[in-house]
Amino acid sequence: MKRILSILLENESGALSRVVGLFSQRGYNIESITVAPTEDSSISKITIQTIGDEKIIEQIEKQLHKLIDVLKVTEVGNINYIEREIALVKVSNTHDQYNRIKNITDIFRGTIISITPKISIIQLPGTSKKIDAYLKTIRELTNIIEISRSGIISISKI
Amino acid sequence: MEMLSGSEMVVRSLIDQGIKYIFGYPGGAVLDIYDALKTINGIKHILVRHEQSATHMADGYARATGKIGVVLVTSGPGATNSITGIATAYMDSIPLVVISGQVASSLIGYDAFQECDMIGISRPIVKHSFLVKNIEEIPIIFKKAFWLAISGRPGPIVIDLPKDILNPLIKKPYTWPNEINIRSYNPILKGHQGQIKKALYTLIKAKQPVIYIGGGVISSNSHEELKTLAEKLNIPVTVSLMALGVLPENHPQNLKMLGMHGTYEANMTMHNADVILAIGVRFDDRTTNNVDKYCPNAIIIHIDIDPTSISKTIPANIPIVGDAQNILKQILNLINKKQSLNTMLNLKDWWKKINSWKSINSLNFNKYSKKIKPQYVIQKISQLTCGNAFVTSDVGQHQMFAALYYSFNKPRKWINSGGLGTMGFGLPAALGVKLAFPKEIVICITGDGSIQMNIQELSTAMQYKLAILILNLNNRSLGMVKQWQDMIYSGRHSHSYMKSLPDFVKLAESYGHIGISINTTEELEKKLKLALSYLNKGTSVFVDVSIDPEEHVYPMQKRGGGMNEMLLQKIENLPA
Repeated sequence: MKRILSILLENESGALSRVVGLFSQRGYNIESITVAPTEDSSISKITIQTIGDEKIIEQIEKQLHKLIDVLKVTEVGNINYIEREIALVKVSNTHDQYNRIKNITDIFRGTIISITPKISIIQLPGTSKKIDAYLKTIRELTNIIEISRSGIISISKI
Repeated sequence: MEMLSGSEMVVRSLIDQGIKYIFGYPGGAVLDIYDALKTINGIKHILVRHEQSATHMADGYARATGKIGVVLVTSGPGATNSITGIATAYMDSIPLVVISGQVASSLIGYDAFQECDMIGISRPIVKHSFLVKNIEEIPIIFKKAFWLAISGRPGPIVIDLPKDILNPLIKKPYTWPNEINIRSYNPILKGHQGQIKKALYTLIKAKQPVIYIGGGVISSNSHEELKTLAEKLNIPVTVSLMALGVLPENHPQNLKMLGMHGTYEANMTMHNADVILAIGVRFDDRTTNNVDKYCPNAIIIHIDIDPTSISKTIPANIPIVGDAQNILKQILNLINKKQSLNTMLNLKDWWKKINSWKSINSLNFNKYSKKIKPQYVIQKISQLTCGNAFVTSDVGQHQMFAALYYSFNKPRKWINSGGLGTMGFGLPAALGVKLAFPKEIVICITGDGSIQMNIQELSTAMQYKLAILILNLNNRSLGMVKQWQDMIYSGRHSHSYMKSLPDFVKLAESYGHIGISINTTEELEKKLKLALSYLNKGTSVFVDVSIDPEEHVYPMQKRGGGMNEMLLQKIENLPA
């Protein structure tokens, strides 16, 4: 099962490698990872999407907590959290496809941010689920040349 | 305010922390620190012959004293050589601070001479590590390192010091901080009162309870509390390899070591228990055998300071996070309030069963063999030292024989690499112990394979006049490897022979020690006494005992079985 963990940690050199190292060392998976400083520049936030059952997730949380640099670990995924991702999608388009691509993209509230006679680039923010759905739809319409996804970020509602 | 260079700050920080000894080996990147050791008095430095030994020596010192062991190595190969020792300490939760030199900050990343990413290479085997970037940070980083090493679940800390930070010409203000605060580090010390009540209630109701203790009882210094608790509730105690000596060997409730080579009574008691009170253990695979068949009827109460140890391999029914000593005191307080408590009678049937398992006498061996039995050697040395010596060991058959046949009476006397299983640990560790306890008898029980992994430290022993007894159970082979090859690989002894062994007696003599060889059972006692008399005179003695090479370590659990599935001797299986 996919889970999202949000980690607050000291913004120090080597702190990220301790987190990433922990995952590889103990055989845990990283599906995606994002990291950036928070409003307090001494603290960074890492959002990791991982896979595991209840027992493994519990161990991952505890192991992360054990790292000296880590301040807080929370599992994102219940209703109190908002998760977002952004995807940049490069598709090929002929003239007659363009309108349909635009229509679909509008429905998913994406934006076409670059256009050449043969290629469109679409920017699409949303939940991972929504991006997956968009990609499925657009794939039926045209050829996807390249996808770049940001990995998940999250914030608590309260 | 006092103005000091970085290297002077390193030495002053050690002194201000109360450190007496450091173990190390000089090299280019740390020459400034070595110079400061000479100009500032107060730290005694022990020069080893290999950096791995420095970490093991500091480790032995730490295990025997409960204090922090400190190591100083240079960059590159000095740092990498220390890695095995750091990993050894990490696996057994031993407090170490390892100071490593590093190339100058401006050269980091340029593959400079003797450059190695020590922070990176040590990352998975340290509790935490620091790369020092400013001279002014040195005292605060050292204070943090020592606090992290010894508090919570202890462990090794690495401090990597680039050469420019140590420049003797750049002086900066130095103050030793009185206290430090690490906002992201607050180990839980007190146990949750509700959980403790639940645990005690479960224990009192139990018909077949057992206490299972590990190294955490030693690191929390809670052997007294443990003994009181076990005695008040009349519960049997099984002991992991890391906790031998917590309860005196001849204590009637001590069922001795459990696990792969544990006693029959210890493993049977575990398997049949309805409640297991596990304290300071991590349910290591060598103590559980097959986890799917593990103690099927037991409710598990697990006390540990490290939350990750709880429910990692064996799910705990009643987890209690905290310092074992605090928690045991909390439990004892509750017991004292319940004056009517009398569990002695309830456990009569349970003790009857346990005594029947005991009567099988699973540690029996052939005492009348013409060939010297390793068990007999250990029993003899145990008798001759009244179970009071410090005993370090290496890894293999001799380690198990030492664990099973030496009668430890006090905690911190048994010093071995339990988690990592590091051959070459015993000799340097023994020297570290002897340094801390110059008046005590220190014995390194080893084998012909292990001793050769750090035998160069015989030279260190001579230089610092550290008199220890090395008891080499020489079977001319890698005994434990051979045992497994006998059991699993139809006796195909692939590379488990030690050919071209040195003459250990002459070797010891060439380092300036006494060498004694023992070849018959008859001469064993006399020669061991002779060795001890030399030792008393302040000379290290190397005793090379030619033991029966066919001997295997028993009891042994069957692979993939439950705790109760055991082999007691080579051919016969125990009736179910």
